[in-house]
Amino acid sequence: MPNVSMLIVLAMLTVAAGLTFIRLVKGPTLPDRVIAIDLIGVLMVCVLVVMAGLTAEAAFLDVAMVVALISFVGTVAYARYIERERS
Amino acid sequence: MIDWLSSALLLAGATLALLAGVGVLRMPDVFTRMQASTKASTLGLGCLLAGVALKNPESSFVIRAMSMAAFLLLTTAVAAHVIARAAARSGAPIWKGTLVDERPAVAADGGDSGKDRSANACCDAPPGPS
Repeated sequence: MPNVSMLIVLAMLTVAAGLTFIRLVKGPTLPDRVIAIDLIGVLMVCVLVVMAGLTAEAAFLDVAMVVALISFVGTVAYARYIERERS
Repeated sequence: MIDWLSSALLLAGATLALLAGVGVLRMPDVFTRMQASTKASTLGLGCLLAGVALKNPESSFVIRAMSMAAFLLLTTAVAAHVIARAAARSGAPIWKGTLVDERPAVAADGGDSGKDRSANACCDAPPGPS
């Protein structure tokens, strides 16, 4: 039963990533795309966390933490780029 | 019992993530989209971490999940704030149904210059010289 729920969770996360990707392609302004990229990074971290539970392998949590850290730094860098592009 | 609880937490987290995807696609505005996505990354990922830590109650899982949740609560707010400030300063268009617009830069320009600045920010800037 828990494995079935985890597979359902993975499917839902995939659908969420697909919807976010539509916004990434469509997004009218640059901040929209940055938000979509940030959310895709978060969903990637979610998938890694669920995979850690599915395989009972704690190393996936380390990978998820590194991905979250790099996604955060990338988001801040994109925001600085948006602010600098204006001037 | 623990299995059912962790399954419920995992499904709650995935539902929040799915709602964030729908919100980012359907919301009318940069700022409303941002609040939809930020909630997913705090509460949704927090629920997923709690569910995974409940399913594998070992010290290696629980310590990593807790430290990741703490790290997430710190960084998500900072990232959302930085994106919102950048969007507001670059003159992102705001939804027509917004009741209160407290952005000082747009109000200082006077009139409905928000739309003009947004048009400049989204379409005219990339082909420009700088």
